[in-house]
Amino acid sequence: MSNFLNFIKDNKEKTFFIFILFWLLVIAQIETYSQLTTSGTFAATMRLAIPILLAGLGGIFSERSGVVNIGLEGMMIMGTWFGAWAAWLYGPWWGVAAGIFGGLIFGLIHAIATVSFQVDHIVSGVAINILAAGTARFFSVVAYANESQGGATQSPRISGEISSFSLPFLSGGTFLGNETIDLLQNLEDLNLFFISDISGLLGGLTRDISYLSFIALSLVPICMWVLWSTPFGLQLRSVGEFPVGSESLGINVYLMKYIGVTLSGAFSGLAGAYLVIESSGIYRENQTGGRGFIALASVIFGNWRPTGVLMGSGLFGYADALQLRSEESVHGLLLLISIVLLALSIYLLFNKKSRNGAISLLMAFGFGIWFLNSTSVPNEFVYFTPHITTLVVLSFASQRLRMPKSVGQPYKKGEGG
Amino acid sequence: MKIYLKILSFFTPVIALAISFGLTTFILIMIDRDPVETFTLMFDYGTTGKSIVSILNRSIPLYISAVAVAVGFKMGMFNIGVEGQYILGALIAAQVGAVLILPRPLHVLTIFIVAAVVSGIWAGISGYLKVKKGVHEVISTIMLNYIGAGIVAYLLANVFFEKDENNSLKVPQTNYLLESGQLPPLNNILGIEDLPNLNSFIVGAVFVGIFYYWLVWKTSLGFDLRATGLNPVAAKFSGADPNKLIVLAMLISGGIAGLVGMSNLVGYFHRYTIDFPTGLGFAGITVALLGRNHPVGMALGALLISFLERSSQILDLNNIPKEIERIMQGIVILVVVVSYEVVRRYILTQEVKLASRMVDKDE
Amino acid sequence: MNTAINIENISKSFPGVLANDSVSFDITSGTIHAIVGENGAGKSTLMKILYGMQKPDNGILKINGDIAKFQSPKDAISAGIGMVHQHFMLADNLTVWENIVLGIDSSNLSKIKKSKYIPDITDLSKKYSLPIDVNLTIDDLGVGEKQRVEILKVLYRGANILILDEPTAVLVPQEVEELFENLKNLVSQGVTILFISHKLDEVMEIADRISVMRGGQHVGTVSKETASKKILAEMMIGKDLPTPPSRETLISSENCLQLKDLRGEPSLGKIPFEDINLEIKKGEICGIAGVEGNGQRELSEAILGLYPVESGQIFLEDIEITKLSTRERRLTGISFIPEDRQSQGLVVESNLVENIILGKQSSNTYSSKFKNVLFKNASKNSKDVVDNYEVKTPNVQTLALALSGGNQQKFVVGREIDGKPTFLLASQPTRGVDIGAQALIWDKLKEARDMGLGVLLISADLDELLGLSDKLYVIYEGKLVKQLEPTEATPEQLGSYMTGLGI
Repeated sequence: MSNFLNFIKDNKEKTFFIFILFWLLVIAQIETYSQLTTSGTFAATMRLAIPILLAGLGGIFSERSGVVNIGLEGMMIMGTWFGAWAAWLYGPWWGVAAGIFGGLIFGLIHAIATVSFQVDHIVSGVAINILAAGTARFFSVVAYANESQGGATQSPRISGEISSFSLPFLSGGTFLGNETIDLLQNLEDLNLFFISDISGLLGGLTRDISYLSFIALSLVPICMWVLWSTPFGLQLRSVGEFPVGSESLGINVYLMKYIGVTLSGAFSGLAGAYLVIESSGIYRENQTGGRGFIALASVIFGNWRPTGVLMGSGLFGYADALQLRSEESVHGLLLLISIVLLALSIYLLFNKKSRNGAISLLMAFGFGIWFLNSTSVPNEFVYFTPHITTLVVLSFASQRLRMPKSVGQPYKKGEGG
Repeated sequence: MKIYLKILSFFTPVIALAISFGLTTFILIMIDRDPVETFTLMFDYGTTGKSIVSILNRSIPLYISAVAVAVGFKMGMFNIGVEGQYILGALIAAQVGAVLILPRPLHVLTIFIVAAVVSGIWAGISGYLKVKKGVHEVISTIMLNYIGAGIVAYLLANVFFEKDENNSLKVPQTNYLLESGQLPPLNNILGIEDLPNLNSFIVGAVFVGIFYYWLVWKTSLGFDLRATGLNPVAAKFSGADPNKLIVLAMLISGGIAGLVGMSNLVGYFHRYTIDFPTGLGFAGITVALLGRNHPVGMALGALLISFLERSSQILDLNNIPKEIERIMQGIVILVVVVSYEVVRRYILTQEVKLASRMVDKDE
Repeated sequence: MNTAINIENISKSFPGVLANDSVSFDITSGTIHAIVGENGAGKSTLMKILYGMQKPDNGILKINGDIAKFQSPKDAISAGIGMVHQHFMLADNLTVWENIVLGIDSSNLSKIKKSKYIPDITDLSKKYSLPIDVNLTIDDLGVGEKQRVEILKVLYRGANILILDEPTAVLVPQEVEELFENLKNLVSQGVTILFISHKLDEVMEIADRISVMRGGQHVGTVSKETASKKILAEMMIGKDLPTPPSRETLISSENCLQLKDLRGEPSLGKIPFEDINLEIKKGEICGIAGVEGNGQRELSEAILGLYPVESGQIFLEDIEITKLSTRERRLTGISFIPEDRQSQGLVVESNLVENIILGKQSSNTYSSKFKNVLFKNASKNSKDVVDNYEVKTPNVQTLALALSGGNQQKFVVGREIDGKPTFLLASQPTRGVDIGAQALIWDKLKEARDMGLGVLLISADLDELLGLSDKLYVIYEGKLVKQLEPTEATPEQLGSYMTGLGI
């Protein structure tokens, strides 16, 4: 027993996560809230998380080289616009290429402004966002004015789509030309506690995966490899940490920053293209809905690491998926939050942190009462689930993070000894 | 000799605008439109009497929004959340105003105060999160924009709505403000009849500008704010408390942001509907950057942006996409921030050279 | 015995300062050679020349017998010289081995040869007995370990002559012991070590030979056997000290500032100052002598309310101010001349009128009943300061940035003294300032003292301390180790206490 308690003490965060997951599973067993763990939900999670993931990976490159990039949103917008336009005219993979290109150009602009002209990083990022919005609007009018389905605020439907695949045997994919069973779906349909939920998770992630999704996800290990196993990655990381020292060792600081920022534009452009090609099929104004900023937030509490961004974007994707697919399950989340807060308050009060414990307890009751008195969460609130999640996570995570030391600071060549 | 530097600094916006016009011309040529024709049309339309009134009306909220952003900028803080702050302020103020019965000056004033307080508190959340939890205000204010918009949408649909005559249909808008809660157009007060109505809140905008000037350049609090923005270390050594200042700056910025919606609320629509103008928060950032956080500069900037928005409306009728104005705004802002930075650094180096030359001469 | 480095008649001057004046001495291979001297003695300039960061005006440098003309640090590195800076040049978020190989490979997407680098580095660390886990991140290392990484870094790039700049400044005693062990091991492997320090007690423990510099000149080089504390201290400080001028006014008996058992909060494991007990009367200048880095900065910040105090009390005119904020302390009459005027004392992008207000923005002089800034007063006061302190500037509208260092400092001093403070804290008040400005500042300080101002003068400049102080303390490693009478202090005493030898 004491071993168990020691384990909890030493691994506070892990225990907390397991606790939340456990109760999530329990609540998911209730019929109304079953959508919390279905493969449909997880498939949607992946589709919604990937744009944030991609933009977040780009954000890592920029920030690790020392440049704050608030303009991820604008670069993503360019990705959506160019992606839709090229996909409509030439097909989905052209859309992908065009989206990357559109984002890259704007990344380059940001690099020129911040690195060569030493404009404040945040001011430049804000300017990029404004320019991107204006450009998208203007280009739409020019390109779609005479199209029946398009106009100033949206594009016509793209032609074609990117094909997808499923894992054979586990998710019903083809194997050597033959149809196979969908083991995970079968397990999911059995409604067994834990087994069906896990099957839902795995099934959602492996069934009908588009090749673009696959590419996007494989970028995670690729980025990890580039950043930690190549000389380029090492130098990029050192430039964002101590540019003066890096320069004295012969590293071309300006070049590294340019590459980092331009890459962030390319990644965000890809994110935008993905959003259009996989999710909506058209470009629509304001489609990005703040995802660029959420991506930046995920960089921060992902501690500037690809795995962290992967988890952060997964969390947002999940929140987003629930709010889109099943209002009832969002209601179930209220119960989950209430239970978690209750446990948290017991823990805090036990550790003599009475003020925080009392606040936690009050909030637990508040959420509990809200849960009991309603059958659904109003969809205006559901809509900003990702944003409030961002805020809450950042508030609690900011203390324990380690950002690149020189991020945001202007660098002039030769400033070093 | 110092005069030439002052002139350079003064004319930088002009230079930046010229460059932007050049780039826009280039784009127009690319889409096969005559730039001369475009600009002439815009100018002619924009300078008609009706247009001038419209431009003045539009610039009121833009200017106030810019001032709100500028208060933050002066301290090195980025309040990107004016958008969420002002709509929350306007909605709550509209509802409070709709249920009150007071003599006009008091009624209108109460509406203003409610808007400023609500908006200020919303901004204050970001300030608090920054000081206590280290959350960067750019992200928190942006997130609060979306959350604020969601709250407004919810309140409008479920709490603050107007029932129609049969008491059955819910129209998402607040009740109409009584006469006492309305601000009549300036024309009525001044007795002008043949021009469209000029919003009386232009007086309010002027007051906001004066308040901003007084606060930032004339008070000791403003001194602390500016010092912290220019040299946080020296400011700390001189006794300024950075944490207190962060929260204060956000509260004040938010409070001013609350007034952004007032010209539309009490001077025009007299109620808050789902069609209440949005986007003024972001436009304010453009104007603040364009005007370099200067009270008069921002006024000119607001007028310029409003002019562009108004004058471009004529373009559609002549087969020129009026959205050219949108991309023009984007180009202007980018060229402007780069030019300002380049010129700023140049002026500083010149000042040092000039002063040392002058001192050497004396010796 | 081979000579690793021959320094022959090296001279270097900067505008207004002769940093190195015909310096000549030799450094034998495979030994630990220490270079000692006070601040401003010329040690760092000489090191920069050795490391290729500066070019000498005159003189010859020979490395292992070959004449060396370094154009940049790269040349020095090729010649086998490695520099371990006082402030570490390490990327904190990278690992040990990443820092060591940083910049060696060209920037490409090939796989880093981790399997080659890590064993090589590990072997190197074993060879030189510098134990370190190469996979740890710098953030997680202690100060002593970080230093070991710096040493490994230069060794890996082929250095066999190591220059260490004030290496023990940041170490706690145990880490110093470990460092000395490491140095002895390196020397047994044939490495030559140049050790720059002001701490004579340590130098005497570890060095084979000691060269003393003073005023840009090489005073002499002694071997371990013939050196003694007396000889070294006299060499460092000189046989003669400036005679303190006599004063005409009396020191009051009223208290100005009192520090009781003051102890600063530890930072990075080190306690910056403790057991500080100090009484300054009105009309008295109390000097604290000491080489920089012995706790003076933290102590002065603590008096201002900017550095956290763990225990103890501060009294101003017998009223306790320990819990007051910086602003409140300013308002009660504490003024401050900072050691770094540009970052701590001025807003350089503002003009002089605005800068005169700095520090007193909420006082009655500059803040009206309605919290308006009283620019008229500011304008007048700034003009007064410019006149009284001979600040050379075109006018008071000039940006502070445009003034020379000496004039900036005169302005700051004028601002702080003219404000009729109750207590003045002056931290290195004439650092980096020309002779004329220095003399003026000293006169003004004496004038203010004669009028009843209590002053705490923290300085590394002995002329300044002896010329101004009524009583003198020496601070070493955060403690006030001795109190001296300025008229009776000998160079030996001062030198010993400042460098930890003690008598």
